[in-house]
Amino acid sequence: MNLNEKIRKATTHISQNEVLIFERSSAGKKAYKLPPLDVPDVDSAKLLGEQARADLGHMPEVSEIEIIRHYTRLSTWNYAVDHGMYPLGSCTMKYNARVNEVVARLMGLAEAHPYQPERVSQGALLIQQMLRVQLMEITGMDAITLQPAAGAHGELTGIMLIRAYLESQGNPRKKILIPDSAHGTNPATAAMAGYTVENLKSNAAGMVDIASLEAQVNEDVAALMLTNPNTLGVFEQEIHKIAEVLHAKGALLYMDGANMNALVGKVRPGDFGVDVMHLNLHKTFSTPHGGGGPGSGPVACKKILERFLPVPVLVTKPDGSLGFDYNRPQSIGRVRMFYGNFGMHVRALAYIMANGPDGLRQTTEDAVLNANYIRKGLEGNYDLPYKTPTMHEVVFSDRLQTPKGIKTGDIAKRLIDYGFHPYTVSFPLVVPGALMIEPTESESKASLDMFIEAMKDIAEEAEQHPEIITEAPHNTRISRLDETMAARKPVLRWKPQSEAAGK
Amino acid sequence: MRYLPKSESDREVMLREIGARSIDDLFATIPAQYRLKRDLSIPRAYAESEIVEFFRQRAADCAQGYATFLGAGAYSHYRPVVIDSLVSRGEFFTAYTPYQPEIAQGTLQSIFEFQTMICELTGMDVANASMYDGSTGAAEALMMAARITGRHKSVVASSVHPEYREVITTYARYQGMPVSTIGYLKNGRVDLEALDKAIDNETAGVLIQSPNFFGTLEDVAAIGEIVHKKGALLIVSIAEAVSLGIVKPPAEADIVSMEAQSFGVPLGFGGPYCGVMATREKFVRQIPGRLVGETRDRNGKRGFVLTLSTREQHIRREKATSNICTNQALVALMCSIFMTVYGREGLKELAKHNLAKAHYAAEQFKKSGATLLFEGAPRFNEFVIQTKADPYTVNDKLLGQRIIGGFPLKKLYPELGNASLWCCTETTTKASIDKVAKEVAL
Repeated sequence: MNLNEKIRKATTHISQNEVLIFERSSAGKKAYKLPPLDVPDVDSAKLLGEQARADLGHMPEVSEIEIIRHYTRLSTWNYAVDHGMYPLGSCTMKYNARVNEVVARLMGLAEAHPYQPERVSQGALLIQQMLRVQLMEITGMDAITLQPAAGAHGELTGIMLIRAYLESQGNPRKKILIPDSAHGTNPATAAMAGYTVENLKSNAAGMVDIASLEAQVNEDVAALMLTNPNTLGVFEQEIHKIAEVLHAKGALLYMDGANMNALVGKVRPGDFGVDVMHLNLHKTFSTPHGGGGPGSGPVACKKILERFLPVPVLVTKPDGSLGFDYNRPQSIGRVRMFYGNFGMHVRALAYIMANGPDGLRQTTEDAVLNANYIRKGLEGNYDLPYKTPTMHEVVFSDRLQTPKGIKTGDIAKRLIDYGFHPYTVSFPLVVPGALMIEPTESESKASLDMFIEAMKDIAEEAEQHPEIITEAPHNTRISRLDETMAARKPVLRWKPQSEAAGK
Repeated sequence: MRYLPKSESDREVMLREIGARSIDDLFATIPAQYRLKRDLSIPRAYAESEIVEFFRQRAADCAQGYATFLGAGAYSHYRPVVIDSLVSRGEFFTAYTPYQPEIAQGTLQSIFEFQTMICELTGMDVANASMYDGSTGAAEALMMAARITGRHKSVVASSVHPEYREVITTYARYQGMPVSTIGYLKNGRVDLEALDKAIDNETAGVLIQSPNFFGTLEDVAAIGEIVHKKGALLIVSIAEAVSLGIVKPPAEADIVSMEAQSFGVPLGFGGPYCGVMATREKFVRQIPGRLVGETRDRNGKRGFVLTLSTREQHIRREKATSNICTNQALVALMCSIFMTVYGREGLKELAKHNLAKAHYAAEQFKKSGATLLFEGAPRFNEFVIQTKADPYTVNDKLLGQRIIGGFPLKKLYPELGNASLWCCTETTTKASIDKVAKEVAL
């Protein structure tokens, strides 16, 4: 049969091969020219003595056109949001507006040194101040820091705030409760903040089980780290009870804001009992994911935690200008040098400005509408382990396909042939063989229809020609890679053939 | 809303398909008392033209186009235009972590090349795909040393960037990791005697920075000998990556923790930057963060994948080497392109320009009557001077001439009096150095 007959979104086309940049290198090629030195030249051996470096080993020597072609060719081997739907659950792969990139590169902002005097940094400070105020309004919280560099870094900051607060009450406590559906960063964060992790089981609806929670919360529990909506895309309906149970025992509620794209403009975590939370500006607020970063993970909190926020804190000074306050004796200290990933702050503010209150609300509604539309479209073709209403993402399982030897990872690979980036594979762990799909608001009805159709076609292939799926992808530059070999004998850098062979 | 690809009728059709009467049905699981029944109190939606204008004004409210002598952990180097031209390709900046290698070979190969170039420059065997920045990277390096040695104490030189040390203090507090600080000598280098005394058989790692916060190059070999004699690991932090073009790599280090911002990353008011960690092959299973490795596909074709992920949070959860997930991939790509543009010869030449400019400036400032501190040890592109006048006063005068002066050290190193830290890069002109020389004389 023709492997590609049902594929509508994509087709194969010629892409360029490209070697490693080191394999393009030859002595004497250059891609730079420095201006003439306008001060007397120096003898580096004399100035540096035995610290002087003789040579730079195998650093490449190439021309500018080769660099352009090299990276352009590499870029064409990537799938990206700009190509189409990227329904990677929990990652919120939404459109990255171009105006954000333009304003973040304006000279006065891009070239601002973090230590330049505050009086000639007022523009940058105002951007941070406006973003702080607007994020506090969006989350319903009282205070915020923009310092954390990514979501997991925000988690660490938030848990440290909790610890500092509890210490000020006389007892930091020992444990953090974490639901079994949580992101791996949550338990890893708790450990970094010196806490032990206790697992909290979900109930049949995929939500926190209040009775188990009540049984587990005691004077040893510092906090519950909760993602809401959780990783099943389910809103914790008894969130107010959860907060009450914790608060009654002196524990706090930390909210992982990874899924805030389901809530903005519709409900505010500060209103439903959350004490501290982080936001992922690279998810909810559209700053680009950049192939893995940079992110930005502001942490918003209630009044009781404000005095513990990282230094410095941005304040309005008596003369009305903006500046940093370093005198915060109860602060947890710095979590990063300077003031956070400012370039992401610029982009996030530009995103909020482009949307306004109506746009933000509509964005949330469309994100939830899209996930529900996919759920409706694929119910019946794929197993839906939790029937609880879906917010911004929907989690299916491969239970209907496994009898044919097809697993979620195989379906994902076949989806690549259909021209889509796969969903998140095998997560959350509470769903064996999970397919976690988050379309975001950036998909049109037509693109969702095409995705649903592709997923249905794959389900049909699973019945009739399972080998097509287990062998997928068929249309990519390379086929499935041997990950076991990569881990068993790690080759983590290039070496010239002579050296590699000699080893 | 111009980013949303749906008409009202699309929405209606979709709701009907789902079986919902209105969009509110889809939010019915949120308890009614918490649903927001008003607009968020934020400004109205702006047109694109208004957004551009707003940020242009904010940019104009910053020191746009000023000459700067600030370094201190963030360096003003020229950024070749091909960097932004290439990282602005949507295939790079609108992709995410390369979980699906068949459609992420571009990102994966570029990270593999980044890891290789960092190894070449630092002399280490392996480098990771990036950390948040140099400060958090330094803290994670100390934690890594504790995992490797099974010991729990740290020693940090006071000539390490003060903000790095603050971050380390924050991270160490809950790790049960006491951190002691050792001072510097008259030549700006680590006090080796104090170092020797500070290390005991519970010391896991010793962190130094070279060039250090004063711009002085440390005697890494001598430090390494003391550290290793006592079974601890040596971590060398490099905040000014361009120095590697002309300064010997820290061969005696067990872990190198770098801030690669100098390699083509905008100053950007402090971030995003690009931390990176490099180490010996034998320690690779304790390194935090993503690693890309080479492998083969089913047809024997070379390809790249994320590897050794059993170290990481999504597999190991609370037992992971770190909680890091998102890193600085696009910034690392900027660094890769920068390193490729300058390459084997250019990085050397570039570093030499930095060395020459800073040397000239230090000599000129000295001639005009400022005192040059920490003489007697080699420096790269930063140096410390003492002035008769308060450095804030000197800087005020320079600011009027659209020059941003050196970083005053009074608050962080009060023992140095009216000292300030000055940096010259290839972008610093002789004319601005000569102008400053007149002002520092006073």
